[in-house]
Amino acid sequence: MTEQILLEVQEVSRSFGKFQALSNVSLKIQPGQLCALIGPNGAGKTTFYNVVSGRYRPTSGRVFFEGRDITRAPAHRLVGMGLLRSFQITNIFPALTVLENVLVPLVVHHGSSFSCLGAIEKRRNLAEEAEQILSRVGLTGQSHRVVSTLAYGDKRLIEIAIVLARRPRLVLLDEPTAGMNPEETDRMIRLIKDLSERSDTTFFITEHDMKVVFSVAEKIFVLNQGGLLAEGSPEEIRANPHVKRAYLGGSLDAAGL
Amino acid sequence: MNSLLRGHVLPASLILLALMAAPLFLSMYGVIVLTEILTMSLFALSFNLLFGYTGLLSFGQAGFFGAGSYFAVLTLIHGPDSLWAAMAAAFIGSAVLAVVIGWFCVRLDEIYFAILTLGFGMMLFTIAHNWRSVTGGSDGLGNFTLPELNLFGWGVNLFNPINFYFLVLLITALGALLLFRVVNSPFGLLLRGTRENSLRVSFVGANVRAVRLFAFILAGALAGLAGALFAFFNRIASPEMLHWSFSGKAVLMTILGGSGVYLGPAVGAAIFFVLEHVITAYTTNWMIFLGGILVVLVLAFPKGVLGSLLGLLTRRWKGPKP
Amino acid sequence: MEGFLANLLNGLSWGMLLFLISIGLTTIFGVMGVLNFAHGSLFMLGAYLCMQFVRWVGSFWIGLLLGPPIVAVLSILLERFLLRPLYSRDVSFQLLLTFGVMLFLDDGVRLIWGAAYHVVNPPQILAGVIQLFSQSYPVYRLFLVILGPLVGIALWAFFSFTRWGKILRAAAMDRQMAEIVGVRVPMMYTAVFGFGAWLAALGGALAAPHQSVGPAMGERIIIESFIVVVIGGMGSFPGAFAGALILGMLNSFGTTFLPDVQMALPYILLAVILLTRPRGLFGGEA
Repeated sequence: MTEQILLEVQEVSRSFGKFQALSNVSLKIQPGQLCALIGPNGAGKTTFYNVVSGRYRPTSGRVFFEGRDITRAPAHRLVGMGLLRSFQITNIFPALTVLENVLVPLVVHHGSSFSCLGAIEKRRNLAEEAEQILSRVGLTGQSHRVVSTLAYGDKRLIEIAIVLARRPRLVLLDEPTAGMNPEETDRMIRLIKDLSERSDTTFFITEHDMKVVFSVAEKIFVLNQGGLLAEGSPEEIRANPHVKRAYLGGSLDAAGL
Repeated sequence: MNSLLRGHVLPASLILLALMAAPLFLSMYGVIVLTEILTMSLFALSFNLLFGYTGLLSFGQAGFFGAGSYFAVLTLIHGPDSLWAAMAAAFIGSAVLAVVIGWFCVRLDEIYFAILTLGFGMMLFTIAHNWRSVTGGSDGLGNFTLPELNLFGWGVNLFNPINFYFLVLLITALGALLLFRVVNSPFGLLLRGTRENSLRVSFVGANVRAVRLFAFILAGALAGLAGALFAFFNRIASPEMLHWSFSGKAVLMTILGGSGVYLGPAVGAAIFFVLEHVITAYTTNWMIFLGGILVVLVLAFPKGVLGSLLGLLTRRWKGPKP
Repeated sequence: MEGFLANLLNGLSWGMLLFLISIGLTTIFGVMGVLNFAHGSLFMLGAYLCMQFVRWVGSFWIGLLLGPPIVAVLSILLERFLLRPLYSRDVSFQLLLTFGVMLFLDDGVRLIWGAAYHVVNPPQILAGVIQLFSQSYPVYRLFLVILGPLVGIALWAFFSFTRWGKILRAAAMDRQMAEIVGVRVPMMYTAVFGFGAWLAALGGALAAPHQSVGPAMGERIIIESFIVVVIGGMGSFPGAFAGALILGMLNSFGTTFLPDVQMALPYILLAVILLTRPRGLFGGEA
């Protein structure tokens, strides 16, 4: 019996014209293991997420999710299998209310996408479920506010709530704390840790804030110039001379790590 | 929010009652104008399912409207002499057409969608214009008589404008009710989600193309039904009804009334006709006014007349938002 | 054979006019992201102004020289005061605005010059017919056919060798690129809009002696030029050229060989191209 694998990426490459954004990246993620993907700007982190989540197709290589080949599957199908993601730039429904933002994924989740005659207000169970999810991310009592009027940190939480509504198996979080103040960042870190421990959802985050990465991640992958430079526990990565010398340089020390 | 439906029942009943009572107070001419307004309201409402709710600006909606009128008239000429059959043919025929055309159009969005719908609408126009043996060419199809409407065994004579008015009111009200239920349903929420952020919708697992296509088909079918009424009303199906300038009318009515309010397009249709009658009484250059009005609306009142009024009223009642 | 030549020349002359209007349309779309519904009306306005100058001073050349700049100035005002406030809003509203402007201009022309069609005589030197392979052919049409490639070469040189041309081309393909190289975007928008309008009006002025001048001429050409830019690939210059030629040929040969379906041919082509290449012949991958 080999180890259980949730996500397996096999020698994935992706190029845009002449530019090679990813070259031969392979990695495996086990269920329940909170992983992080780090690397300097332009290392290919977002491209990697776009390939895994079905937004782009890889130029070569294959991607498996729970043993199934998902290399050429469209994004909406991957979501149906339990692979969700957030975006670096908050990606929600600005003119809808907080509740409606969570109802959209719930409608899809319960297979009601094309039920078009009953009023959505009458789906009490959906609304209750949405409220539960909102309270899980710490957004209670704001259900009827229009999302565009919320504070930035709350908007990012909405995106987490949207993702959770699909009861994901694996969630890719693209820089979940980007643009947040320290207080909001703390809140987000605690939330991710908490969700990772208490639910059977696995989180895979990218982050440029090293403090965040080393405080939450159980395993770290380092991407540099489109290739995988190193992988291992936070201690191993911190001690890895390649990582240290090659490009993180003094920033690890500067961050007091 | 939970009272959304209940909150609409009262105003909707009042509007319906007023419309049912209207023939008592209006001259025959007024009834005829109101009939046309109602027909165009259904057309504009169908357009707004795409524009206001799904965020897709169609410039080819007249293609389905006109196709519906031809389907209806062709049924009366070659098929059963029944208005119900003619309307069903218009509804179903336009829906089938929308499946085919929508399959192309929903693959692209924004500007591309506008051009594609324009192009396909004009394709239908040229078919109606050139396929003389079937469509009568540029003369259109006018050589049919309006049969009596079979209402549970009763024959209703539609040459009486008031009877015809009630038929149009019935169909428009049913169409409007159907659309209202759709936009407030789970599917309707998905439509608004698609309008706001189609990327997010596909990343919560919905097939955005399928969602858009379904809206496109429904909008096409209802536009076709409106077209059937229009053909009965004018006793003719003619190519101009498929022309893109006719699609422009639905766009204008919707912007006039407001795309963000459910009944906005219907109110827009009424304003459109009133304006047209008032202005054409003074000058034949009504389009110059219409163009000017559209420019002013887009720049200063993008919510349209009804949207702006409602916005003003809610601000009065609830006070400014914090 | 003679029929073929006549068709070829007709197709080329119409294609050349389509090219002039489409190049502006595609540049404006590429750089500004705006689909200008009023572009056909600017073409029409060019034709009417040319006609008016012919009436006033009796010279087609004066009309050709002075008409288009007037249209360009008008369009610059339009961009500056009507379109600019809308850049932050949904693209649909920009399209709706230009739709309103189109209705306004088309009817405005009717108000000023009446609904009738007008004929503009070609200048003396280009009047009359010429015998080509035992067929008579209008000299003016031949002039358009020869002018087409010349204008094409001039534009190509402008876009390839001048600084502004290079910036525009880069911006049409990738808007952010222009910002990176430090172009003042609002000024570029105004310039692009004015330039596109000038080209459209130039096409209109050239069209005046070629077809009759009437209030519907804008509407006819705008639809065809939409098709040109979509099948060519929006924002692509070679695409506009190829698309204009294809549509011009489809028009002339279609009329001769498939008169019944000729009107539908452009739309069928549109559907076929979009099925096989959703972003057009010269557009990027979808």
